[in-house]
Amino acid sequence: METIASPPPGVTRAPPAAEDLIDRFGADTVQTQHCADGVPTCWVVPERLLAALAYLKPRYPMLLDLFGVDERLREHTPEPASDFSVVYHLVNLKPWREFRLKATTSAASAGLPSATALWPNANWYEREVWDMFGLRFTGHPNLRRILLPPTWQGHALRKEHPARATEMEPFSLDEERQREEQEALLFRPEEWGMDRASADTEFMFLNLGPNHPSVHGVFRIALQLDGEVVIDAVPDIGYHHRGAEKMGERQTWHSYIPYTDRVDYLGGVMNNLAYLMALETLAGVEVPPRAKVIRIMMAELFRISSHLVFYGTFAQDVGQMSPVFYMFADRERLFGIVEAITGGRMHPAWFRLGGVAQDLPEGWQRLVLDFIDSMPERLDHYQKMAMDNSILQQRTRGIGVYSQQEAIDWGITGPSLRATGVDFDLRRDRPYGGYDQFDFNIPIATGGDCYDRAAVRIEEIRESLKIIRQCVDNMPAGPFKSEHRLTTPPPRERMLEDIETLITHFLSVSWGPVVPAGEASFPIEATKGINNYHLISDGGTTSYRTRIRTPSFPALQQIPLISRGLMIPDLIAIIASIDFVMADVDR
Amino acid sequence: MSPLATALFGLAVLAGAVGLAAILTWFERRLLGVWQDRYGPNRLGPLGILQVVADMLKLLTKHDWVPPFADRVVFVFAPTAIVVAMLLGFAVVPFGEHLYLLDLNIGLLFFLGMTSLAVYSVLLGGLASNNKYALLGGLRSAAQMVSYEVFMGLSLMGVVMLTGSFSLRDIVLAQQDLWFCIPQVLGLYVFLVAGIAESHRLPFDLPEAEHELTAGFHTEYGGMKFAMFMLGEYLGLILICCMITTVFFGGWLGPWLPGPVWFALKTSLLICFFVLLRAAIPRPRYDQLMSLGWKYMLPLSLFNLVLTGAIALWLRGA
Repeated sequence: METIASPPPGVTRAPPAAEDLIDRFGADTVQTQHCADGVPTCWVVPERLLAALAYLKPRYPMLLDLFGVDERLREHTPEPASDFSVVYHLVNLKPWREFRLKATTSAASAGLPSATALWPNANWYEREVWDMFGLRFTGHPNLRRILLPPTWQGHALRKEHPARATEMEPFSLDEERQREEQEALLFRPEEWGMDRASADTEFMFLNLGPNHPSVHGVFRIALQLDGEVVIDAVPDIGYHHRGAEKMGERQTWHSYIPYTDRVDYLGGVMNNLAYLMALETLAGVEVPPRAKVIRIMMAELFRISSHLVFYGTFAQDVGQMSPVFYMFADRERLFGIVEAITGGRMHPAWFRLGGVAQDLPEGWQRLVLDFIDSMPERLDHYQKMAMDNSILQQRTRGIGVYSQQEAIDWGITGPSLRATGVDFDLRRDRPYGGYDQFDFNIPIATGGDCYDRAAVRIEEIRESLKIIRQCVDNMPAGPFKSEHRLTTPPPRERMLEDIETLITHFLSVSWGPVVPAGEASFPIEATKGINNYHLISDGGTTSYRTRIRTPSFPALQQIPLISRGLMIPDLIAIIASIDFVMADVDR
Repeated sequence: MSPLATALFGLAVLAGAVGLAAILTWFERRLLGVWQDRYGPNRLGPLGILQVVADMLKLLTKHDWVPPFADRVVFVFAPTAIVVAMLLGFAVVPFGEHLYLLDLNIGLLFFLGMTSLAVYSVLLGGLASNNKYALLGGLRSAAQMVSYEVFMGLSLMGVVMLTGSFSLRDIVLAQQDLWFCIPQVLGLYVFLVAGIAESHRLPFDLPEAEHELTAGFHTEYGGMKFAMFMLGEYLGLILICCMITTVFFGGWLGPWLPGPVWFALKTSLLICFFVLLRAAIPRPRYDQLMSLGWKYMLPLSLFNLVLTGAIALWLRGA
């Protein structure tokens, strides 16, 4: 599968959206590119980028993702590529439509125009591109590093930047350097356009985090306070950054799977699924029915597990001490099932290119049924204990409200979007991996406040239980991994037929699969919202660029908008209701 | 009692209160464990009770650190104030008909005064730490204590009217026929809420509010100084329970068993109730707590006062 600028054989015309764009801006301004996932993809010259984005916005109101690619070492380069490209991934929710717009740029140039005027959530994404690639955006309100520390040298996702510690000088931190690093992290209100005092009061600036009991990991918010009232907030992320995208460029397609588990560490195999859906699209692998249903069952078990943690910590963060222990006990039982099936618990890394690692063990039905039979009653109990409590309701109703429009503008997806009344779930509205075979409801709420965000997630637990029961009742027979030649690890039965099969097997296991050159992404409904891996293969055993779009990242960016004018305890309730994990934000 | 016996009994009360507070740290965790489907500390000694000793050893051997940016004198003084005030409060508690240290004719006022002094500890600790979280915790504490103090006192006045005395012994003796928890049910309710606020435990632990202010006023405290704060809080809890027993549940009164046993039983049940509250209820927001205090609790206690007065007058007139 070649990546080419002209339409591939079999496709006689560019997709309608792309054609529109060409009609409007001219063929010398806009070029199309074919991608393995079939998403219309166009290149636009930098001068017309903003105009093209503005033209697309009414049809694709949500900026799902924005990221850079270092094109300099790419061999199967799409035609317009120069040194770097920036990709704008736009979507329309209902009906589901995607569009990718790409623009070329270079490190030396003055940069691309900033899209922050069109989409407020472009702000952090553009900062990330600057941080990782050193590409500038003109008109950006505050273009500074976001994931790496302000003192970092170089731009980490550039190809010349080392990916291994052994390629760099050994790290050391003497007193002088420690002082400098600390100095660099000091919060300076002026850098964010904040006043230190107003006409009648002096503000207090409070560092909430990076170590604080309620920020769910290492997350820092600098607060501008008048008494206990939050005047403004500046979220500061990056303390949990582990270079997951950079690692994608040095691990084989296969050995990257365990890294994905750790992105949303409460989501377990749900991350594997997001990665493998994109990879299988790129490699053209079809997964057999049994593997599909096993995957759905495991993914839904992890959705429940993640939502249980959310439920418990949500109650805990508004000051209720007990619920979290009940939810963790349930989660423990769930991990017992996961352990029996996969051998792992939080990070099973159990899905494989073309299927899953093993078949289900004997007696798995009983384990799963025991669990799903017991849950509805326990959920009723929790409802009475936590959600029906009047103090909890006082603390969360009408707090941290955003509208449907604001949610879409800021790229909010998943339960947090459905809490505003948008009836959209990828599992139903763009079924993938076999979800169209299942019968389940999409819970929504209309208030868009902290309470509704929690209520939607709790209802989702019940719907997931329904899906799992259908999996148990209708588990198809057959192979648990594909016969495709790229299936990893390849079926062992065919290894010893002759020398050819042995060599093929050996190469596939030692080097890993060679995935045809091309590009694909695949959004899935993960535990916290839309998780989307954009994979670029250059025809090798590793990815050329792995881009991970996570639902937590845009949610944190929105915190200042919904917390201004509220008090510190409200801010904590908002943070609790967002349901994020820092690894999912910082990757 | 002879002076020597009084001194010995005083020491016994001191040791008993402090010992009970220490055991309470273990007891509370075990009890929470029962309610939360888990064990709690169960490894050291029978039922894990030696956990208290282990905790004490740990706290005693911790580095006794004063942050360089803190106001040293006040920082060290603050945690002692709460312990001293709470222990003094025990002086007026009648544990049995003849088992008490002091029978002050203003016993109730003395108790209120001592619990009010404890707020200085929290306030000064918060200020002296020179830490923003501690400052916010200290501020909350000041506001909370000042407002809850008002109707805490008022809620007890109904009892005083019915008894005609501030002496705690007289109050108990006045309950021979009927415990005050029946005629003074409103007063009991208000005093209970105020008592939780006074001992700042969940749901009214706003000065600490772990999930908001990390540890509030004692963020900078560690080792023994931190232990003093905790000791003070547990002493406060016991003292409040002793007071509720005395004022509303007939103190040492009860059939068959000796008076002090009744007293201990009633107080222990109340302590369990306080622990259950902690396990069950979330924390309201600071301004919600304030409005609860001023808009509901204060009118309620005033209403109780007027009602009690009217009924008392009517009874006397009849």
